[in-house]
Amino acid sequence: MLEPSRAVPRPAASTGTRRREVPLAASRLSPSLWVRREVIVGWLFVLPALLMYSIFVLQPLVLTIQYSLYRWDGIGVAKWVGYSNYITVLTVPDLLETIFNSLRLAVFFSLIPVSLGLVVASVIHRVATGALGATARTVLFLPQVIPLVAAGIIWGWLLALTGLVNEILTAIGLHNLARAWLGDFDTALPAVGMIGVWVLSGFCTVLLLTGMSKIDPALYESARLDGAGWFTEFKAITVPMLRYEIAVCLTVTVIAALAAFDIVYISTGGGPGHATAVPGLQIYILAFVERQVGLASALAVLLMLLVLAIVIPLQWLSRESPR
Amino acid sequence: MAQPGKSAMKPARFELYAGRTLLVVAMAITIVPFISIFTTALHPSGTVPSGLAWPADPQWGNFIEAFKVANMSVLLASSTFIVLAVVPASLAIATMAGFAIGLLRIPGSRLLFLLFVFGLTLPFEGIIIPLYFLEQQMGILNTRFAIVLPLIGLYMPFAVFWMRAHFINMPAEISDAARADGASTWDLFWRIHVPLARPAIASLGILMAVWTWNQFLLSLVLVEDPLQRTMAGALGAFQGHYATDIPLLCAGTILILLPTLLVFILFQRQVIAALLEGAVRG
Repeated sequence: MLEPSRAVPRPAASTGTRRREVPLAASRLSPSLWVRREVIVGWLFVLPALLMYSIFVLQPLVLTIQYSLYRWDGIGVAKWVGYSNYITVLTVPDLLETIFNSLRLAVFFSLIPVSLGLVVASVIHRVATGALGATARTVLFLPQVIPLVAAGIIWGWLLALTGLVNEILTAIGLHNLARAWLGDFDTALPAVGMIGVWVLSGFCTVLLLTGMSKIDPALYESARLDGAGWFTEFKAITVPMLRYEIAVCLTVTVIAALAAFDIVYISTGGGPGHATAVPGLQIYILAFVERQVGLASALAVLLMLLVLAIVIPLQWLSRESPR
Repeated sequence: MAQPGKSAMKPARFELYAGRTLLVVAMAITIVPFISIFTTALHPSGTVPSGLAWPADPQWGNFIEAFKVANMSVLLASSTFIVLAVVPASLAIATMAGFAIGLLRIPGSRLLFLLFVFGLTLPFEGIIIPLYFLEQQMGILNTRFAIVLPLIGLYMPFAVFWMRAHFINMPAEISDAARADGASTWDLFWRIHVPLARPAIASLGILMAVWTWNQFLLSLVLVEDPLQRTMAGALGAFQGHYATDIPLLCAGTILILLPTLLVFILFQRQVIAALLEGAVRG
């Protein structure tokens, strides 16, 4: 027989709980009857959420895997093809390239914002704890709340041939660098990446800053008494103490990069050529434009596996956090 | 924010100025794009203005024009409908599930929790294809419910996770006291714990409202008529039609991002806290 409060061991992940293991009192019914009723009531509480999740997430998830094993145009009869769709994705250069593009994009969406975020957050933490810091927090966070579609449109215009970026370059005498950044084979992917940097850096900054404010000030104090400068402090205290927050930033931004859709769809549509084609966009085109549902599903499965392959190690990294 | 102890030495003057300059530059880079589309939006429709120049004759009428051509009143109503259909329902069922998993700890709740957590990293692209065909069968494709119902499902991993994290931190004494007074499970939930969970529920609500408003992929795939979509979904269509009329496109973009910007500025503290908490817990 299960005792309600003991039925579930407390997961290790939940830190800082002070919940004592007191069984829920007030059972005037016989214990076993009471427990059974409580269990049913408890499950009724979970049921609506579980139903919505199962119907609209788990069921399609299983179907994606199923579709990926068929050749299907979405209308006619589906033909079983085994794993050949996966072979196609992994051997056709244009499809495989989308996966590499998303990894390249991850450098911009993830590494740059996290590094920038670390630097800016530590600057705010060290020299701008007052109104300037508060303002910076708000302002830097702004790009995170607007629709990504809007970010795509804004930067589509800024990076255009007659846009602000080229105007600035011309003004400082670098007019020979000016170009249609999103339309050039060499610069399109980095340009899309820079949109990601703009969107995600503020998020990382504010998140890391929150983590920094939890670090014991005494650590910094003694470092400063030892004459540590900004960089020493940064390297010896800030970064090691923020392992958990850094892992969180990396997780969120890597997912944003690998599953990128909105920004790419709006700013380049995957072009020029396939220069900025990413899995999300390719899935959309394959499934809903070219009607190759099975192939699109195989790419979707691979995308989900890729996300897991990168995110799970990041979680382990954060678990070994010293705190 | 924890200010280092008063006894800590002040950073050197050079560092102070260098650091503050860096901050101002970072803020400028963040803000300038907004200013650029604002000044662009004020140029005569159909022209190709230059980056940051203030127009000689500001065309405030562009905003009205964009409001009309984008059918903004219909869009606002559509987006509001979708948000109102998604958020309260999601909050209700996620709070109940979080309560059962985090506080009642029903048998199997660890497994349930893992099942929900499993969905946290799922990219929407992973399930969008079958969703289309499922909704076709259900006959809700191209209606607003095509966006509403899957969104509720897709929010469940995060929302349940969030509410469980709240309930698991509630001291057991509260429930014990209520139980001793003979409260039923529903009383315990509705009269005791929901009022206590109000801040957690509010943050989650703001978060889901912003996400819904900004949702693009589901809108694009599942609803053909832009007027039945979310704001972001409609903006995508608007861009398709007015890509060449840059001032009008900028005006439309501003109108569409204004609501989220307003929500952010009004509920700034909660939004930041919610987004960050969400990320850290995720």
